[in-house]
Amino acid sequence: MALDKATVARIATLARICVGEDELEPLAAELSGILDWVEQLMAVDTDNVPPMTSVAEMTLPMRDDVVTDGNNRDGVLGNAPRSAKGFFAVPKVVE
Amino acid sequence: MTGLTDLTLAEARDGLRAKKFSARELTAAFNAAVETIKPLNAYITATPERALEMATASDARLARGEAGALEGIPLAIKDLFCTKGVLTTAASHILDGFTPPYESTVTEKLWTAGAVMLGKTNLDEFAMGSSTTTSHYGPTENPWRRPGDNRPLVPGGSSGGSAAAVAAHAALGATGTDTGGSIRQPASFCGIVGLKPTYGRCSRWGVVAFASSLDHPGPMTRTVRDAAIMLGAMAGHDPRDSTSAPVPVPDYEKTLTGGLKGLRVGIPRDHAGADNLSPENEALWQSGIDWLKSAGAEPVEISLPTTHVALPAYYIIAPAEASSNLARYDGVKFGLRVDGDSLDDMYEKTRAAGFGAEVRRRVLIGTYVLSAGYYDAYYLKAQRVRTLIARDFAAAFERCDCILTPTAPTAPFAIGEKSDDPVAMYLNDIFTVSADLAGLPAISVPAGLCENLPAGLQIIGRAFDEATVLRVGQVLETAANFTHRPSFVA
Repeated sequence: MALDKATVARIATLARICVGEDELEPLAAELSGILDWVEQLMAVDTDNVPPMTSVAEMTLPMRDDVVTDGNNRDGVLGNAPRSAKGFFAVPKVVE
Repeated sequence: MTGLTDLTLAEARDGLRAKKFSARELTAAFNAAVETIKPLNAYITATPERALEMATASDARLARGEAGALEGIPLAIKDLFCTKGVLTTAASHILDGFTPPYESTVTEKLWTAGAVMLGKTNLDEFAMGSSTTTSHYGPTENPWRRPGDNRPLVPGGSSGGSAAAVAAHAALGATGTDTGGSIRQPASFCGIVGLKPTYGRCSRWGVVAFASSLDHPGPMTRTVRDAAIMLGAMAGHDPRDSTSAPVPVPDYEKTLTGGLKGLRVGIPRDHAGADNLSPENEALWQSGIDWLKSAGAEPVEISLPTTHVALPAYYIIAPAEASSNLARYDGVKFGLRVDGDSLDDMYEKTRAAGFGAEVRRRVLIGTYVLSAGYYDAYYLKAQRVRTLIARDFAAAFERCDCILTPTAPTAPFAIGEKSDDPVAMYLNDIFTVSADLAGLPAISVPAGLCENLPAGLQIIGRAFDEATVLRVGQVLETAANFTHRPSFVA
């Protein structure tokens, strides 16, 4: 499965990674190489085989719906590249 | 006092309890060793002062007779485990300056058992790799060299810093994580023991996520006994990880009873990569069979046909999960931020600057296979193949109690080799990846030399049967009597 430049540009946008115009061609070749290799999977007969949803044979546990953590605003904001007045600060989103 | 760094973890534990030396003396020796092996670039961050403080507390507990299972034992921590107040990088530029306000469950358990933290070890960025060359902090060197050849070799990966530190006697043990082989392959490359436990045995809480259904924390040590001791302290149910198994943890050290009378060892001759082994690696595998036979085990031919497509399935599932997990690195809440004209522009520039080439490749592949129109063809197909792999193992374990294979298809290679061909690099995990996909426990034990460099043999067991894996591993270890030392030891 060969990916073209336009497809690489589209998935880069979906993944929110800026990819320069000059990088699209080499990336398309690299990613196509990997996809060609995984293509062997298509030869495996998986009719009537369910997809694995959990490797561990257990049902997810339920817990009481109670607060177990919190009141740590400064700790949470401590790693923020930018914060202001107790909030994360980001570029203007709404005009 | 000399020789402290040559002790095994078990010997050091016994020496501390017998008051032959103090935890502070032991830690000081290892702090010095961490300094000595700096040229290997095994540690991203060393924490010598914290280590001495922890050792002082250990000495007090030892004096009061309150020693934990790992009291005073200096360990290295893969820099994928969050450590409260200590820089945690995942070897990525995008986590610049991140100091977690919390401690991972596994490391918390280690500290509760009395262990001492020497520092945080290097890895492939976000644990994506088999060579520890994709780290933002530069490659780690293997303490082993080819005789008569001074080129630095890779330690394997992704837990290459942990493996190099343990092999060079700059830690008594280390934590690793294994998603496709990241504990066992570097253990094989550095001539040490690496154990990937059953999925759910060790909590993933506080471990920087790569592929959540495949990530397994586990111990890396110089002996099987040491791995048994360390696993006991790391394992156990954790309500904070919904996939953590609520099953009791046995005393693994007590299960190391030797003799294998009546044990059936599966030999999968049709395993992917088995027909492509070097004569030396092939001979090593045969030696493994002979050693286990001498200990009373019965070799049984088994078949694992779906292993031939395990790596392609892995390279859909792991990138898919990674693309989702790594969505959190957006320059807002922690780590690197590159300013942009808009929020989206900031995301795109931050992620372009913060992720290295291999991480970017995998996030893009993952995004593609999960995107509209391709989800069924790739992702669901791979998860169906994963079911077939688990069925292969289930059928095999009807006929045997554990499985013996080589750990890695090749000897350690030079830094820079294989780096221009992603798929060639992926093939490193051909013998290890299936146990990750099926969630089964597996250990790599140093078994001999191939191309004059260490090579491991792997034992895979039934889910939650680490006890058998360790017991068989120790028999292999004793028979192999691997006493070679790396060229560079602290």
